[in-house]
Amino acid sequence: MLLLPCPFCGARAETEFVFGGDGSVAPPPEGENASDAAWTEALYFRDNPRGAHRELWFHRHGCRRWIAVERDTVSHAILRAELLVPSARKDGQA
Amino acid sequence: MNGAQPMRLAAGGAIDRARPLGFTFDGRAYAGFAGDTLASALLANGVRLMGRSFKYHRPRGPWGAGAEEPNALVELRTGARREPNTRATVIELFDGLVAQSQNRWPSLRFDVMGVNGLFAPIFTAGFYYKTFMWPASFWEKLYEPIIRRAAGLGRAAREPDPDEYDRSHLFCDVLVIGAGPAGLAAALAAARSGARVVLADEDVRPGGRLLAEAHEIDSAPGVLWAERVAGELAGMANVTLLARTTVFGLFDHGAFAALERVADHLPEPAPHQVRQRLWRIQARRAVLAAGAIERPIAFGGNDRPGVMAASAVRAYLHRWAVLPGRRGVVFTASDDGWRTADALLAAGASVEAVVDARPDPPAALMRAAGARGLRVHAGAQVVGTHGHLGLQAVDVRLPSGSSLGIDCDLLAVSGGWNPTVHLASHQGAKPVWDAALAAFVPGRLPEGLAVAGAAAGRFTLAACLADGAEAGRAAASACGHAAAPLVLPRAADEPAAQAAFFHVPGPRGKAFVDFQNDVTVKDVKQAAREGYRSVEHAKRYTTLGMATDQGKTANVVGLAILAEATGRSIEATGTTIFRPPYTPVAMGAIVGHHRGRDFRPARHTPMHDWAAENGASFVEVGPWYRAQWYARPGEKGWRDSVDREAEAVRRAVGVCDVSTLGKIEVVGRDAAAFLDFVYTSMISTLPVGRVRYGLMLREDGLVFDDGTCARMGPERFFITTTTANAGRVMQHLEFCHQVLKPAMDVSFLSVTDRWAQVSIAGPRSRDLVAMLVGPGVDLSTAAFPHMSAAEVEVCGQVPARLFRLSFSGEMAYELGVPADFGDALMRHIMQVGAPLGLVPYGTEALSVLRVEKGHPAGGELNGHTTARDLGLGGMMSRKKDYVGRRLAERPAFTDPARPILVGFKPVDRGQELKSGAHFLDPGAEARIENDQGYMTSVAFSPALGHSIGLGLLARGRERIGQQVRAYDPVRNRDIVVEVCHPVFIDPEGDRTRG
Ligand SMILES: [Zn+2]
Repeated sequence: MLLLPCPFCGARAETEFVFGGDGSVAPPPEGENASDAAWTEALYFRDNPRGAHRELWFHRHGCRRWIAVERDTVSHAILRAELLVPSARKDGQA
Repeated sequence: MNGAQPMRLAAGGAIDRARPLGFTFDGRAYAGFAGDTLASALLANGVRLMGRSFKYHRPRGPWGAGAEEPNALVELRTGARREPNTRATVIELFDGLVAQSQNRWPSLRFDVMGVNGLFAPIFTAGFYYKTFMWPASFWEKLYEPIIRRAAGLGRAAREPDPDEYDRSHLFCDVLVIGAGPAGLAAALAAARSGARVVLADEDVRPGGRLLAEAHEIDSAPGVLWAERVAGELAGMANVTLLARTTVFGLFDHGAFAALERVADHLPEPAPHQVRQRLWRIQARRAVLAAGAIERPIAFGGNDRPGVMAASAVRAYLHRWAVLPGRRGVVFTASDDGWRTADALLAAGASVEAVVDARPDPPAALMRAAGARGLRVHAGAQVVGTHGHLGLQAVDVRLPSGSSLGIDCDLLAVSGGWNPTVHLASHQGAKPVWDAALAAFVPGRLPEGLAVAGAAAGRFTLAACLADGAEAGRAAASACGHAAAPLVLPRAADEPAAQAAFFHVPGPRGKAFVDFQNDVTVKDVKQAAREGYRSVEHAKRYTTLGMATDQGKTANVVGLAILAEATGRSIEATGTTIFRPPYTPVAMGAIVGHHRGRDFRPARHTPMHDWAAENGASFVEVGPWYRAQWYARPGEKGWRDSVDREAEAVRRAVGVCDVSTLGKIEVVGRDAAAFLDFVYTSMISTLPVGRVRYGLMLREDGLVFDDGTCARMGPERFFITTTTANAGRVMQHLEFCHQVLKPAMDVSFLSVTDRWAQVSIAGPRSRDLVAMLVGPGVDLSTAAFPHMSAAEVEVCGQVPARLFRLSFSGEMAYELGVPADFGDALMRHIMQVGAPLGLVPYGTEALSVLRVEKGHPAGGELNGHTTARDLGLGGMMSRKKDYVGRRLAERPAFTDPARPILVGFKPVDRGQELKSGAHFLDPGAEARIENDQGYMTSVAFSPALGHSIGLGLLARGRERIGQQVRAYDPVRNRDIVVEVCHPVFIDPEGDRTRG
């Protein structure tokens, strides 16, 4: 079982979280003109890297924050964890 | 008492001779003492035959004296508490203990299946794989029943487990695994520095090997030192001592699992006492001080009762004051084995010979042996053993090649020590071969784990103490605790060499590598000949190391033989990996309290007790228990109740507990814009005080959830979700906000548990609601039309939210009050509603009413349907972007041939529809290519008097009025149905809006 360092709550057991998938893919494209290929890439294509992997976790039984965790898929070492908060992204994307 | 225990020594041992305990083995009564194990007590009584082996049913006695025991497996206790394959060597004796030998018929001494030995050629390496190559019919009818009868171990209890199990958590700076000399020193060093320490050991008392050896520390018996240290640790507030606790697994990020045997040493747990407790220990640092296990040597007949690990012989002598035999021979490849000769002599037994496989054992040992008059055969090997059910003699091959027979009843075997590295490789690191030590030692260590003492290959007592103290100090220091002074006690530091000697060439008879799985040297060699060079493949092919002991004694010997047979070094051959658990763990302990009704938490609505009092049957919906129907006296089955409830709603008025619906407050400057983004329909145009039905899609364009959205204020919305999806919708909203629209000013609060909510439906619902909210609220359709919301008060004092919404197609309201008022509200509603003909209705009638109205629910919102499929395409706004919009437009989802929601009636109205049936054109063959869709929901409609259904049918809307087959091969049904509009009742909606 992983011990995930929630930037808001501290180190918490994996059972408090819900896995939210690959955090390295760009969010779905916006606007009418995005291509089918861009959508396909955003929704369906995922890498399965050996080593560092950015993934999303939802601290469901905690602060309810979505956090981005960089995890080594071989050793399970947690390399980074950060909040996905409004200030973390550019306003233009809203 | 000793008279009844012929092999008990007159003095010594950590047993309480003042507390004799009676027990039975195979129906015969024996006596032992408090402090005994079942194995030590049986040996004290002269019983060394304790079981039969797995495949060949060979007689077996204890090989060891601890958790690694492969041979002495028994069925412990009786009835529901009967437990198979328990190791007699670790079962603490209690008064009244009942044990049976296993895997024998009709008796342990005379076993019919012992002839399996004659069929040994069939049972050789790869037996299972080769057998599977035979025709299936042979396997099922012939071989499997025979094998199941012949091979196997104990029988599990047939009754449910009567005991309780617990799960607990511990957090510490330093976890020390093993309370031998290294572990005690580590724990003491860490604890004195102020670190929070947990010290766990599988044994009931601390000391580890000190309990089994005659070692001295500071010129006093080592066990006294162990007790003194344990006593100091027990008195420290920052230390938790866990005896009878096996740390069986190391998981990610410093999480350890341990099993505490709370009551296994008692006849049965005391009332309210758990039998075992599973600990999850979160440690910042850990010291593995698990010691070492002596390995066997493979030679002919090395499994005969009376052949025993030399270290076990010393344990029985010193700890339990039991003489495992009167005439001993020592067969050793290590200096350590020689100690056994001294121990036997000290206990008054004779030592017939010391056979050392090494050609030139250390001169000091030879001199000391000479001084005692011991006969020593250096460079010699035991090649075979004799005896019917126990050892009577051994054959020794001398360096000259000549053979020597020696009468004896005990053969103490010392093949050298294997560090107990298991936990160090639970995270995937393989142990590495240390040629100088002739043993595997831990490889790359997981972060935060140190290995100390014999587990790290440091075998002398002084080295164990020093190593442990340093590991404990370093671990505490890494947690920020400055070292406290620790003066190491004095202890022996003479190295004991061991040779890499694993098996005797040219054995007479079967030479076992894995006692528990009956794997011999020949099997391993055969696997090598057949090409199984990889240690992992050879393991699976021969089943070496795959029994309940997981090869604790067998693995190293087995791979050494494989290395030799394939002409490689042990390093090049490598070893298999160890995985949790270190020793077997009962499923009950893993499950803990989560059994039966407690399998998962149950959620009850505020009206649950009221419902139970009123005849409700409950159904599980997600974690909730919902009233399914309310049976009344005289009703013969659930259909009677459901029909009555549904009719009452259509005729008068009904009340249904809908508290389980997910409820979320959405608040903020951008709340409306955010809801536009997550719902398919436009929410921002919704006026305050109005409600809209809302549909959420997944990003891939399929329907995710549906519910209602009420605007309670300019920047405040109250939305509902389906019962099952409440948590997921909350998660989805947070995702959409935090990940996709982080700049929006909006926040969410789950209020599912804060509101008790009822649906009041039927032509007289307005009359009832008027009585509840009082005359001050104008409920006329003009003032409060369908899809309205308002904040009101019930009985003039309870704040409430009123919505005019309908799921049933009748005029209907939903009324929410703070959860604490739910029960009182329901009782009050029933009282004032009685004159109107009010009935409570459950989820089953709710389902009938919604199928009659063609509303999609669980069966239709199944993760495969689009809004268009459900006839809800009109809710997909074209004026804005929303989650799922783009992919909902993909060609496959807009294909007019897609199955679409329509209604169905049986052509023969007397027939019953079943959901799951597939649709076929009348003349079409029942093949997947001809599949036209499937039935998603059915109900018996009391209003129409026949069965009705909803389903997804290809080009369904174009086929209204036509007939198709509802084909259901699973239930062997095939009926003709008529396609119809999905709204069976009041398709114009006049009743809803009236
Ligand atoms: Zn958190």
